[in-house]
Amino acid sequence: MATKSLKKLGNDLAQSNKQLEILSNGIFKNGELPTFKDKISKTSQFPIKAKKLEILQINVGYMCNQVCDHCHVDAGPDRKEIMTRDTMRQCLEVIKNSGAHTLDLTGGAPEMNPDFRWFVEEAAKVGITDFIVRSNLTIIRANKKYYDLPEFFKKHNVHVVSSMPHWTRGKTDKQRGDGVFDKSIKALQELNAVGYGMPGSDLRLDLVYNPSGAFLPGDQAAMEKDFKKALMDDFGIEFHNLFAITNLPIARFLDYLIASENYEDYMYSLVEAYNPTAVENVMCTNTLSISWDGYLFDCDFNQMLELPVNSKSRHISEFNEELLEGRNIVISQHCYGCTAGAGSSCQGVVA
Amino acid sequence: MSKPYYDAADLRKFGKITEWNEELGTKFFDYYGKVFEEGALTAREKSLIALAVAHTEQCPYCIDAYTKDTLQRGVTKEQMMEAIHVGAAIKSGATLVHGVQMMNKVNKLDG
Repeated sequence: MATKSLKKLGNDLAQSNKQLEILSNGIFKNGELPTFKDKISKTSQFPIKAKKLEILQINVGYMCNQVCDHCHVDAGPDRKEIMTRDTMRQCLEVIKNSGAHTLDLTGGAPEMNPDFRWFVEEAAKVGITDFIVRSNLTIIRANKKYYDLPEFFKKHNVHVVSSMPHWTRGKTDKQRGDGVFDKSIKALQELNAVGYGMPGSDLRLDLVYNPSGAFLPGDQAAMEKDFKKALMDDFGIEFHNLFAITNLPIARFLDYLIASENYEDYMYSLVEAYNPTAVENVMCTNTLSISWDGYLFDCDFNQMLELPVNSKSRHISEFNEELLEGRNIVISQHCYGCTAGAGSSCQGVVA
Repeated sequence: MSKPYYDAADLRKFGKITEWNEELGTKFFDYYGKVFEEGALTAREKSLIALAVAHTEQCPYCIDAYTKDTLQRGVTKEQMMEAIHVGAAIKSGATLVHGVQMMNKVNKLDG
């Protein structure tokens, strides 16, 4: 189980250029596997172009109370990158003036940003009604000051999306740390208690499943059925939907793939499962990712790889919706993760 | 340098068997795909059966394939091991039940 970020450990893979080098060399350079660009070109889907902006996904900081094995953010308690109130104000300006209807807050643990609540309250004032918070659940139980988060979420009708790798303690704790399962269960029960996730409730509670190792997620609907049955039978927990998300080969998951000698097989699995239909609906076509320091990216993964948007408008301070719409999405081999099987996005399958 | 009979990378080439007999190969893969679809049994149940049979058949390719497949379907390692024991129990049972034949023969010959 990891306790420190790759960055803190001084691991080479904490550098985005090292990750991109690995993803471009080896089996992709020698032609054993086609590059993502070649693959989508075959079905005349290159370049992928951004459509109308619908979702602003804001990464308010990489600090987290957990150090999960496969975190693509390389988040942890030792990460100090945190969005300031000034950058949040710039985001609010953009929200007011853009066509985006959804504000999707992620991290790290977004709730750990000291201005998290202020930001949600201010965004509500300027008319945002569709909030998503990607909560790791355990944060709700991590410290007294977070105990009232379920009430806070409810007040602003925040859509809570939470990671839950498995319905058993063993598999969950192996991936996310000792004690995570019990705390997550307690947090889910507290969310249920204020009305989250209940059948027919407007208070949306969805869970995210991502595999615990070098394999792809199974069928989302079948997994949802299994999760619902087990969480209800064992703990009386209700939730709305399960999003099955594929692990992308970057950051800590890439480090794991290489160390466990699974990298090549995993890339083969992703390429073999390539689904051109999924390409049509990849999330980068309607979502913009904003980093803690205000830079713009096609997705949270490109943010971690430091691949900026292909546009003159590169920072929240120079946001220009017209310039950004229709831009060519920046791609590399990690993109195979979003187009495998039924596809994968922050809202689950796309095909 | 020794060359093993089995190479894990050969599993990826399984589809190539159609190249030397397209009709039969294609029929086989169509059938295979159909068998594992969700039916009266769930795809997950079928995958666990396949995992157990992969072991009784001692097919290394099948073991690789269905270990991964069951993991993808959220099956736990405890469930996987139990499934294999089911296969092993049938295997050993099939051996031991022939003991009755041996006993019959002994009784007949050495009455």
